[in-house]
Amino acid sequence: MVKRGTTKVKTGLAEMLKGGVIMDVTDAEQAKIAEDAGAVAVMALERVPADIRAAGGVARMADPVIIEDIMEVVTVPVMAKVRIGHFVEAQILEAIGVDYIDESEVLTPADEANHINKFDFTVPFVCGATNLGEALRRIGEGAAMIRTKGEAGTGNVVEAVRHMRTIMGEIGWLKSLREDELMAAAKKLQSPYELVREVARTGKLPVVDFSAGGIATPADAALMMQLGADGVFVGSGIFKSKNPKERAKAIVEATTHFNNPEVLAKVSKGIGEAMPGLEISEIEKDKLIQFRGW
Amino acid sequence: MNLSKKRIGVLSLQGAVREHLHILEDCGAHAVPIKKPCELHKLDALVIPGGESTTIRKLMIKYEFIDAIKQFHKEGMPIYGTCAGLILLAKKIIGGGEPSLDLMNIEVRRNAFGRQRESFEVDLKISGIGGKSFVGVFIRSPWIESVGESVDILSKFEDKIVMAREGGLLVTAFHPELTGDNRIHDYFIKMIKKS
Repeated sequence: MVKRGTTKVKTGLAEMLKGGVIMDVTDAEQAKIAEDAGAVAVMALERVPADIRAAGGVARMADPVIIEDIMEVVTVPVMAKVRIGHFVEAQILEAIGVDYIDESEVLTPADEANHINKFDFTVPFVCGATNLGEALRRIGEGAAMIRTKGEAGTGNVVEAVRHMRTIMGEIGWLKSLREDELMAAAKKLQSPYELVREVARTGKLPVVDFSAGGIATPADAALMMQLGADGVFVGSGIFKSKNPKERAKAIVEATTHFNNPEVLAKVSKGIGEAMPGLEISEIEKDKLIQFRGW
Repeated sequence: MNLSKKRIGVLSLQGAVREHLHILEDCGAHAVPIKKPCELHKLDALVIPGGESTTIRKLMIKYEFIDAIKQFHKEGMPIYGTCAGLILLAKKIIGGGEPSLDLMNIEVRRNAFGRQRESFEVDLKISGIGGKSFVGVFIRSPWIESVGESVDILSKFEDKIVMAREGGLLVTAFHPELTGDNRIHDYFIKMIKKS
């Protein structure tokens, strides 16, 4: 019997994306550039996070026409974002046939308490997390892939590093606990007990974990890989830079050869100016995107 | 290091590398991630994993793997390609894209089973592999549209060819590395002893 939308099929696509770069694109032309540079998938959206941050107001799911245009020109998987808790936007994206849905804090949340029940869908979901408890709550709701949030649209990798180190550190802590301490750990993490036990036993998240939010250079991408990311999302970092084609290629190569400083040195040369960066402490606290999500 | 162990490389440019390394070790082989063509030396066999075939292809060209892997094949070493690996080994691609390694006499249709929402699991019968049926995990997977005379068809799903072998080349459109079922990797390792 043919079974669709199983956990294996949903998490399996994320496994296939490992070691790769997923790039934000806003039209078919950018999507083609991303694919030609070696992106493993593209994230179709109306504006990159840096522009969403600048524009303010309410950011919603992209117009399906934009997403369909992009699906038409590339053969790699196409992802698209919905607002946190907006399950109808997700129903629409599933109907269009996108390959992965990102329930994303980059858009304005539609629900201040609940995320989408992702088990209701055949299409898999990726969700953001800043720590292990948040990651396991999302997996508990059916997320088939996690990305650490970082701080989108800043070109500043510091938050991505903080979130990856936090999750890795908390996994290490869980591993060190005795079996009879895991319920207290689950209480502290505010996460499902069974998932806490699984992480304590295996020493890793049950799904693939990419890094996102602030990656702007090949060195940033390699840094996140060396810290334990399975792959990277690059949002504004490519198409807000001076030479997107060359930068996109360089970030792809840096993600593959993240442990080889000679390759990293080579690909970092002469790729033009990076996107302008934002210092996190200069952003007003209520403008920080990473605190969206519950 | 156990010298009697077979050394099997897994092309580690992008994709489901870890799962293949894991299952090969489980089968008693010594599994090695390969990022540079010079690392192909001293291997008894090579796995080209699933991933994004367009990405892996670009990195293979850039890092000069194409001729190196062709030479590896010429020297009689078995190669196993899953999903993207199958596409990369094929001589003919339907639905966009040039052949990459151009080694196996198969005609492949990319993303033939559809987009992710059409991805599926199903029980398969595989010739040459005993015991219960094999769980085939198909993810945006290709199928083999037609094969040359020297190719053995090992499994079909709804009339579509999803597993085949030609001499030292083995391909599956599905992902045994995601199932924890060792039987196809065991079969591949036995191809070393024969070749």
